Amino acid sequence: MPLLEVSALSIHFGGVKAVQDVSFNIDAGVVYAVIGPNGAGKTTLFNLITGVYRPTHGDIRMDGETIAGRSPEALARRGVARTFQNLQVCMNMSALENVMVGAHLRLDRNLLKAALRFPSLARRDIELREEAAELMRFVGLADYLAARADAMPYGALKRLEIARALAMRPRLLFLDEPAAGLNPSETLEVDALVRRIADSGVTVVLIEHDMKMVMNLSDRILVLDYGRKLAEGSAAEVRRNPDVIAAYLGAHA
Amino acid sequence: MRASPYIGLHIVIAILALLPFVLPNSFYMDLAIRMAINAVIVLGLNLLIGFAGQISLGHAGFLGIGAYASAVLPTHFNLHPLLAMGAGAALAGLLAALVARPIFRLKGNYLAMATLGLGIILNIALRNEAAWTGGPDGMPIPALGLAGFELNGDRQWYWVVAALLAVSVWASLNLIDSPFGRALRALHGSEVAARVVGVDVARYKLAIFVMSAVFASLMGSVTAHYIGFVTPGVADFFHSIELVTMVVIGGMASVYGSLIGAVLLTALPQALATFEGWETVVFGAILMLSMIFLPRGLVPTLAARFGRGV
Repeated sequence: MPLLEVSALSIHFGGVKAVQDVSFNIDAGVVYAVIGPNGAGKTTLFNLITGVYRPTHGDIRMDGETIAGRSPEALARRGVARTFQNLQVCMNMSALENVMVGAHLRLDRNLLKAALRFPSLARRDIELREEAAELMRFVGLADYLAARADAMPYGALKRLEIARALAMRPRLLFLDEPAAGLNPSETLEVDALVRRIADSGVTVVLIEHDMKMVMNLSDRILVLDYGRKLAEGSAAEVRRNPDVIAAYLGAHA
Repeated sequence: MRASPYIGLHIVIAILALLPFVLPNSFYMDLAIRMAINAVIVLGLNLLIGFAGQISLGHAGFLGIGAYASAVLPTHFNLHPLLAMGAGAALAGLLAALVARPIFRLKGNYLAMATLGLGIILNIALRNEAAWTGGPDGMPIPALGLAGFELNGDRQWYWVVAALLAVSVWASLNLIDSPFGRALRALHGSEVAARVVGVDVARYKLAIFVMSAVFASLMGSVTAHYIGFVTPGVADFFHSIELVTMVVIGGMASVYGSLIGAVLLTALPQALATFEGWETVVFGAILMLSMIFLPRGLVPTLAARFGRGV
């Protein structure tokens, strides 16, 4: 059974059909890329699967169980994590605290115990700080362990979001343009990072415009155009597909 | 670096411990007690406004519930004052939950509107139910005591209130730096980010709102017992605004800012009394100027200037 099954998924915003009748499966352990021109519905698709939007039609199953229309917090409990194309970093917190928030569901969130600083909570917080620091080093943010989030450059914030998502110990990780706005050497680092994440056993779904990175990393690729599925397959298959070539090069097929 | 927020707590305790020995007379003692009471209220309100990013414009209503619970229940129902205090807090918490539950399911900040309405309704109810509350004239409050011991005199009141304040500062610092507190700050920073890591945003907003309402009610009871008399003015809209102003002037999302805001704005009307009739104007001007030059509030602005986070 695939980890994630998406069938006939659609969402309409008024008259705009942002995603239309899209179906695909994602097997556990793969790196799966979603590509397509701007406005093709890639981020909308992510928002649908991660519970930010509710689909108009269609179904989404994880481990064979319907998750369509579930809230993001319910999906987080099932091991779904994501990053955002337009950064969603908590600028009112330190970098390390942003990562610590990722571990939210694994912690004792009791208000009273927190206010009275129960020793068990204080101890767990010390461990958590070390865990979060370890994750920041893993994504290449060792220089920012003591930084405030609002004092960090764009490229570092992108990776901070990845560290926060990893703190959830996800099974399924959605990365929305992790290399956007990064310079070539940073892009190479993110490329290697995604590879390391996939190797650690996390299924990665990624939206990316950097074709070299996509072709290099992905086991399978989904191509969207105007909200519809244009093609799906391995990197080699997608590259040969005449519809994909037409959509990207603007040729009339 | 990590221990630094608690250094402030030691300073606060030291000041609270020394203060009664340097205050020249009971006028200042009374002022100090009222400052400390306001500081506790503002701490609770700042958790809601500064840390969780939710605005309440009716917090004086919750103070009113506590104050009148301590007045009405012992007077008309012969309830022990401490039980009355608890009943008031429970009622305030319940009311807060009832009002906020549907609101937090909506997107956007409707809490300000709802609490504004709630505060005004409570104020009107307190004025009109004269048979129970004494109406606009208010009513006296029985003394607060336990097992034969009765709280009276500035000194005793001071130590009780000072202890409450010290514990509140400690608990606030603990809360902010805990899984609960981080979730709260995260939903203020980015609601969608908080949701995708599993924070049940509506529940957290509700929890902190109810908590701050309970705090306000308890301190309303304390104020009422201290003053010995209560009028509907305690639940007045302008009192709500005054409390929000203390949060903003001191510094949103700053524990020590709450203290400074409460201390300054409690003292300010006394200092302005010499302006006879113009004090509200001067008060307003000071608020405007501080908003222009210290938009983040006193403590965060000064802390940033001296290069330290508070």
